[in-house]
Amino acid sequence: MDHRVTQFDEMRGADGVIRAPYQKLSQWLAGTPPELLASRREQAELLFRRIGITFAVYGAQEATERLIPFDILPRIIARSEWSALEKGLAQRVTALNLFLKDIYGKGDILRAGKVPSELIYGNPGYCPEMAGRRAPHDVYVHIAGVDIVRTDDHGFYVLEDNARTPSGVSYMLENREVMMRLFPDLFAMHRVAPIEDYPDELLATLRSVAPPKAPGEPTITLMTPGQYNSAYYEHSFLADKLGVELVEGRDLFVKDDVVYMRTTEGPRRVDVIYRRIDDDFLDPLTFRPDSALGVAGLIGAYHAGNVTLANAVGTGVADDKAMYTYMPDIIRFYLGEEPLLQNVPTWRCREPEALSHVLDHLEELVVKEVNGSGGYGMLVGPHASRAQVEEFRAKLKARPDNFIAQPTLALSTCPISVAQGVAPRHVDLRPFVLSGANGVRVVPGGLTRVAMTEKSLVVNSSQGGGTKDTWVIDDAILGQA
Amino acid sequence: MLDGNHTLDDFERRSLDLEAASTLPAALATIRRDLSRERAQTERPMLSSTADNLYWLARYMERADFLARAIEASRRLAALPKAYGGADTEWESVLLSSGAAVAFEQTGKPVTEANVIEFLTFSRENPSSIRNCLESARTNARAVRTALTVEMWEAINCAYLELKAMEARRGAYSADELGRFLEFVKQTSLTYDGGAYRTMLRNDAYWFSRVGLFIERADNTARLLDVKYHVLLPEKEVVGGSLDYFQWAAILRAVSAHTAYHWVYRTSMKPWLVADLLILRPEMPRSLISCYESIVRNLDNLARAHGRQGAAQRQARSIYGKLETLTMESVFQGGLHEFVQSFIGENNRLGALISEQYLF
Repeated sequence: MDHRVTQFDEMRGADGVIRAPYQKLSQWLAGTPPELLASRREQAELLFRRIGITFAVYGAQEATERLIPFDILPRIIARSEWSALEKGLAQRVTALNLFLKDIYGKGDILRAGKVPSELIYGNPGYCPEMAGRRAPHDVYVHIAGVDIVRTDDHGFYVLEDNARTPSGVSYMLENREVMMRLFPDLFAMHRVAPIEDYPDELLATLRSVAPPKAPGEPTITLMTPGQYNSAYYEHSFLADKLGVELVEGRDLFVKDDVVYMRTTEGPRRVDVIYRRIDDDFLDPLTFRPDSALGVAGLIGAYHAGNVTLANAVGTGVADDKAMYTYMPDIIRFYLGEEPLLQNVPTWRCREPEALSHVLDHLEELVVKEVNGSGGYGMLVGPHASRAQVEEFRAKLKARPDNFIAQPTLALSTCPISVAQGVAPRHVDLRPFVLSGANGVRVVPGGLTRVAMTEKSLVVNSSQGGGTKDTWVIDDAILGQA
Repeated sequence: MLDGNHTLDDFERRSLDLEAASTLPAALATIRRDLSRERAQTERPMLSSTADNLYWLARYMERADFLARAIEASRRLAALPKAYGGADTEWESVLLSSGAAVAFEQTGKPVTEANVIEFLTFSRENPSSIRNCLESARTNARAVRTALTVEMWEAINCAYLELKAMEARRGAYSADELGRFLEFVKQTSLTYDGGAYRTMLRNDAYWFSRVGLFIERADNTARLLDVKYHVLLPEKEVVGGSLDYFQWAAILRAVSAHTAYHWVYRTSMKPWLVADLLILRPEMPRSLISCYESIVRNLDNLARAHGRQGAAQRQARSIYGKLETLTMESVFQGGLHEFVQSFIGENNRLGALISEQYLF
């Protein structure tokens, strides 16, 4: 994990020899004229615009709706690699659920001294309203979007466990649809594991966690902050695929601790809410009183066991970057197993020794705020100016516990299609992990995010990152010519 | 999925296996359970806010189409020599017929062709300009994407993107460009409407959007009639003169009914026949009676699905009933203008009752 290692390209390996999963793609690329790729790129852009797959950018006055750049070359993962990843993801999310149940319950892990109590109780993601209460069926993180990176041929590292309201799954699904329209020939050559059943799996997961009290077939809704939210497209897309109502706070109300939606036939009881709205905005009576997005009394109904919120309230405590560093211990504590997926080595700046190491090596490290997200509030040492480094030095000294630091990873690259041909760009991967009362499931693939700018390591869509389709293909076909 | 034959074989083999294992009764029970669940799904009620959005979405699309047609008719009229009906009143009349006269007056600009066209097409000040109608339609559509089919959404979204592109590259007002723009608006509305008709499930979403469309259409037709009768005709002109002829013809063109008129009446242009066509002829898709036939039917569908007739259904039937027994003589006796005004009022009241009954 030395950051000076040579670049690992997922197609060309570290030594320039085409890796097995990319054999066919590489041959196909060699025989494909650049004009064809250019025309497919244009077609893809047109398709995305027509479908309206956009996201909103805060602060950008002119274009409040933008397209996420899409790259037309698939990222390919062999089934054998995927299976290992899948097991690791299931293990991790299982441990996350047990951890959340524990810290809002008996607190065994704190008494065992594996995680410092102040990291829990002082955490902005910790929700005191949940203390002593259990989520229906003990499931907290129904949908996790775990960010994965690789640096070499040997395995995957977890970068973040997004356990709140991870987004991006609509791009995973739409990317596949667009790719199938653009490159039927490539699909015929590879046997790509389908991902189109994700909405069905999600629906089954949500059904499984309906409150035991729910009368009959549970009514499920998807709650959005509204059409000005950056992920609104995804909310409407998912509601549509799930066949459930897309609701805003004003469509819901609570009476006698039961949640109802306002319909043309009067109130209808709601049993499960897949909420894509942050904890703080859920209920003005419990959280931010100034929020108009939520539903007054929702948390009361939740505590009364009359409605399930997915994800559960208070999961943020498990996915901040400080807690992340304890994940290997958390897995060992609850499951008695060694973690299958590795963490990126991380210095907890709250520990004096780590802090002094970090301060001495700022130019080499990536420093992140423990509660930051979207690629904001971080320092990429090797790419930063002197002034930026000094600014972070001051911040670190003032509030060391607010930061963690990691080596600058030589993130793997994948080929993307550019005007001049094909060029490598850094990528990460966000598979979506579902947990319900009926177990943990992962559809084979995920959202591959690409830093579209040469040498850039930032893949976040809010900062110009793009996406590509992710294929899990059978190893069996790899040998065939 | 890649291989259709394979899937079919597979399905058949499994069906056979089912029978062979004589698990048929169990399979049938499963089928029955799933079917009843499916039925419960289709009967589930719709969010009030969705119904509201669909209703207004349909109205905005219909209004944009009407505006485009009204502008085209006025341009045609304005291009005529004065002796044939060319006068300066076309642009006032199109403002009146689109219900935009008051808003235009507030801009303080003189009523000229360029000003009025700008106001009705691309103006941001006019809440009912074509531009704003399409934008509002898209905003509403975005809010209810789950209730729209892909075809409908793409029609609206593509129109919006095209509109944005046109707006960006638009130079000084040119007749050619305007022609293309109006054609584009009409096409959009056809694509959208066709998408709705061909692809929507026949449930609340469809009925609410149809009701919105027909209420808007009835309103537009009524306004069109009103304007002609009171504004277009210069005082000196004799009813039935050549001036009158071209003006009525322009109105019929505005609603694509010029040819229909000749098919129905096989005679020269007569004001009372034009009024008859646009008010009482059930075969004319824009006539008031035809709009109300559709409104009553769609509201009845809603009532059946909800198991309840309400004030909206009663109001719609009452208007429809009046239209059915109405004669053209009585309309002209009481005054066309008075008739139209009272109709517009009743039509608006229906809109309000629908909002109330379905909790918009």
